[in-house]
This record gives sequence, C-alpha cells and structure tokens, in this order.
Amino acid sequence: MSRSPDLIAGGIFTVIGGGFVAGALGHDRGTLLRMGPGYFPLVVGVIVAGLGIAIMVFSSSGPAFGTVPWRAMILIVTAICFFGYSVRIIGFVPASFVAALLTALAAARFRTALAVAAGLTAAATLIFVVGLQLRLPLWWF
Amino acid sequence: MENLILGFSTALLVQNVVWCFAGVLLGTAVGVLPGIGPTATVAMLLPITFGFEPVTALIMLAGIYYGAQYGGSTTAILINLPGESSAAVTALDGHEMARRGRAGPALAAAAIGSFVAGTVATVILAVAAPPLAAVALRFGPADYFALVLFGLIISIALARGSTLKALAMIFLGILLGTVGQDIYTGTPRFVLDRRELYGGIDFVSVAVGLFGVAEILRNLSSSSPGPPALAGRVAHLWPTAADRRRIVAPILRGTGLGSALGVLPGGGHVLASFTSYAVEKRVSRRPAEFGHGAIEGVAGPESANNAAAQTSFIPLLTLGLPAHPVMALMVGAFIVHGITPGPNVIDDEPALFWGLIASMWIGNLMLVLLNLPLIGIWVRLLRVPYQVLFPMIVLFAVIGTYSLAFNAFDVYAIAVFGVLGYVLITCGCEPAPLLLGFVLGPLLEENLRRALIISRGDPMVFLTRPISATLLFLAAAALVVTVLPAVRRRRDEVFTEE
Repeated sequence: MSRSPDLIAGGIFTVIGGGFVAGALGHDRGTLLRMGPGYFPLVVGVIVAGLGIAIMVFSSSGPAFGTVPWRAMILIVTAICFFGYSVRIIGFVPASFVAALLTALAAARFRTALAVAAGLTAAATLIFVVGLQLRLPLWWF
Repeated sequence: MENLILGFSTALLVQNVVWCFAGVLLGTAVGVLPGIGPTATVAMLLPITFGFEPVTALIMLAGIYYGAQYGGSTTAILINLPGESSAAVTALDGHEMARRGRAGPALAAAAIGSFVAGTVATVILAVAAPPLAAVALRFGPADYFALVLFGLIISIALARGSTLKALAMIFLGILLGTVGQDIYTGTPRFVLDRRELYGGIDFVSVAVGLFGVAEILRNLSSSSPGPPALAGRVAHLWPTAADRRRIVAPILRGTGLGSALGVLPGGGHVLASFTSYAVEKRVSRRPAEFGHGAIEGVAGPESANNAAAQTSFIPLLTLGLPAHPVMALMVGAFIVHGITPGPNVIDDEPALFWGLIASMWIGNLMLVLLNLPLIGIWVRLLRVPYQVLFPMIVLFAVIGTYSLAFNAFDVYAIAVFGVLGYVLITCGCEPAPLLLGFVLGPLLEENLRRALIISRGDPMVFLTRPISATLLFLAAAALVVTVLPAVRRRRDEVFTEE
C-alpha cells in the first residue's frame, strides 16, 4: 500500500494542465461575448491543474505502483518510433520486421521473437499490401 | 415498414453481409481473447474501413462491438477470466456451471439470452430513434453544450474508482482536444511548431495508445499467470427443459434493464449486467444457488449487456453523442465519410441508418449460429500465446495508424499515449473518460462559444432555456450524488459484490 500512485497521477494532471495554461496565456482571450482562442483552454487547463492538486492533497493509500516493465517499455516505444521513422526510407517489409522483432523481444527469447516477427511481417504484408492495397514501397530498393 | 424494407435491402447487399460477418467474427475473437478489447480493435481497423462505403464501414465496426459482448462471455464461462469488462459477472455463475460439467447449457443460455436481447433492443432502437432525433433537431447550441456536459458527467457517475480522477481524466481529454487550429479564428493552438498538429492530435493514435499499448504494458508488468486452465470439455450444449423454464424470465428482465441502461454514456453495459445479476439474485426463489452455478445468473446479465450494447447506439445516432469509446471511434468513421453524426442522419442518410439497424439483427443471428457450433474454435483461440498476440497488436496498430495519413508523427503519438496511459492507468485512472472528453471537447467548446455569440455574451442563456437548464440541473445532481461519500461506498459495493 502506498500513496505514491495518487501523487504521481495528481502531479501529471497538474503539470499538463499548467503547461496548457501557460500556452493559453499567449493567445487572445477575448470576451465572454466573443471568446478568443485562448479562453476555453485557459479555463479547462485551470480545472485540470486544480483537480491534479486536489488529487495530491486528498491522496490516500492504494495499491502500490508495482514494478515498471522498463525493458518492455523501452523496446516497444523504440519499435513504434522506428517504424514511423523508417518505413518511408527502408520500406514496409524491413520496417515491419524490425518493429515486430523489437516488440516480441519484450517477452520472448531471441529465436522465438525472430520466428514471431517473421510470421507477423508476412501476415501484415499479405493483409495490408496485398489485401488492402496500401501504397507503400516494400523494400528500400 | 418502408424503412424496414429499405434497411434490410441495404443490409442484405452482398458486401454488407460479408463485412458484417467479418465484423462479428473478429468481434467474437477479440471478445474471447483477454488482453485485447473492441476499442483497440476498432481503432486499429478504422483506417482500413475508410475505403469502404460508409454504411459498410459502420456495419462492420458495429459488428465488432456487439460481437465482442458475445465472445467475452465464452471466456468468462470457460476459464473464469472476463474477456470483456461486462462479462465479469457472467464468470461468477457461468464458470461454476462449467466446473460442474454444465459449460454447454451455460454457453447456450448466454447465447440465447444475448440473441433475444439483441433482437428486442434492435426493435427498441428502430422505434425510439426517430422521435428522439426529431426532438434533438430543435436543440440550440446552449442545449447541445448542456447535453454534452451532462453526458460527460454521467459517464463519471458510472465509472469505477475515484471520482476526482475520472473528472480529471475527462477534462484532460477536453484539454488535449483543443490542440490544433481554433475553429473560429484559425489560430494554431499548442502545436509546438509542428505542422502535423494543425489538424489536432489524431484520435486513432490516442485510442490505440491508451487502449492497446498501455494495456500491453500493464499485462507485461504483472507476472504472467501462465496458460489458463480450461474447465472440462464442452458437451451437451442444449439446456434441459428445466433450464429452459428457468431462463425465460431472467432473459426478459435482463433485456429490459439493459435496453434502458445502455442509453447512458460511459459503460452502461457494464452497469446493466451488474444490476441484472443483483436483481435476479433478489427475485430468485433459490438465492443460495447464486455463485454456485445458477443459470439465471448467466442468462440475465448476458441478456442485459447485449441489449445495452444495441441501445447504446441510440445517443450516437440521434444526438451524435458517443456513449462508449467504441462509439467515439465511430463518430470518427462518420466524419471521415463526410457525415455528421446526429439527428440529421435519419433523414439525410436513411439507407445508412436503417441499414445499420437491420444489420444489427442479422449480425446477432450470425453470432448465435457462429458461437454455439464453433465453440471448439474459440476454445482453441484461447491457446494463442500472449507472446504472439501482443507484437501483433503493436505491429497492426502502427501500420493501421500510419496508413491514415502516411504521417510518422501520428505513429510517435501512439508511443506517447501508450506510456502516458500506462502510468495513469497504473495510478488508478481509467482511460475511457479521457477518450470521451477528447472526442466531445471540441463539440463542447464550439457550442459554448456559439451559444454565447447568439445570446450576446449573456451566460444566463444556459439557465433560461428549459432543455439546457434541465440537463445542467441533472448533471449537477449526478455530480453531487457521485461525490457524496456515503453513496460512493454503496456504489463500490455494487461493483465488488461477489
């Protein structure tokens, strides 16, 4: 049991809400009759930040945060970003394969992951490129 | 009558039948598989449907949604693991029945109940939607603002866990919805100098991140439970005469409850199945049997959640208000096809509206035929290891999202929302309110500003118009009731009753 989940959640709401408030201050607020682009985000940002502070103040003991799956998180985030960055450059098949391999490595040994990635790349190519006519280069050449 | 003929003639077109079948098949599959739900699936497949006729796209997406309700009960009964949140109470008695070698009658009761409920609720949808839409056409901007706010507040009242956190998630969603060009002045807001953000954060990225990637990270952080134990073989599907007599009344009561509660935004179908279980236990002459394999405890809640799944389309089709994250994604599907979901759909797109309704009945029929004889296939599907499943979800999600606009930025956004969602969910914040707020936020701002322009800046307009005043009063009342601690404790009891 720990209070930290409430503190973390409250902190996230406060930071994001505060960030939007800071951004909204740079826009015209206008009047109630003709609200400018800054009015609505400012109000909602203040509400989010306020709720975040309230969550921290009234924090109670709950289930602890538990262990963070760092390895899985880093691998999956890398896989997603790699696909987005490289699919135009190296083509659909290699980008899918690397993304699937990195993701599979989050929970499997290398040889299993290799097999899973190969199978999924073949399935994805069949479904998206052959079946749904997705117009993307398959390879880098 | 004319409308029904139009509906069935649309729904029975070959491509619509085929995609309806594909939708319910896929829906059943993701309902059966724990760890992937209909929201993530619809988000992944949304880009694929953009090339379809609008009615075909919606028929298939709807099929995934109610198909998942059927599939979820199979997993709940056979391995005591709800594939879908609304199937959690089905596991109580359904799995007990399975352990006593009565998995067949439990599955049959769930399927028959779901079919009856689906049929009745589809009729209710067809009868209730047109008059409601006619009322909605008279709504002014102030009324719409009040309605959206009411819907968002009600969705908190129904959510589990901390009210403060649910409220914060909704407003965070609304805040994220303000990113992009301002509707009135065109001023880019919060775009961080990225051209890709001028149109706003892509909601498919948000949905896939929150419901797909975040859920995977959650599953990978807990120690894996190993392969689930199946409860015996499934034999003797057909319920006995005694069973049949016992399930009639629960099915009808569940259908009524589910149809009424399904209209509420934010998980009405979960509430419906829990309420139905509580009701059946109370009215039963053998309450002691509940929890030890009472077939009423399967038939009632299963009917209730399927009825609710159908009637939750009522607010979407008449008001343009999504009651569930899947509906929120369907709003996106409407908009991509150039249709604004709302009261005008019935008159402007009759073939789409009635075709969708007719397809729901056809889809329910397919589900009964699909589920009972093919139960063996679904059982085998449960043996697919998670090591294969989650890389598939991630890969298909990134490809699907990328194919929306061939935009790398949308793909990076998945990673951002996946990690953010993981942290927030782990801290006890549910993701559904954020997505609803994100989709409804722009609507809220637009109607607020328009109402104030029409009223010349007088904020009293929200209280002087009867519809808006009533809705705001109900929203305030709902908020007070939810926040009151005594009431909250009772609500928690309802949800944790075992």
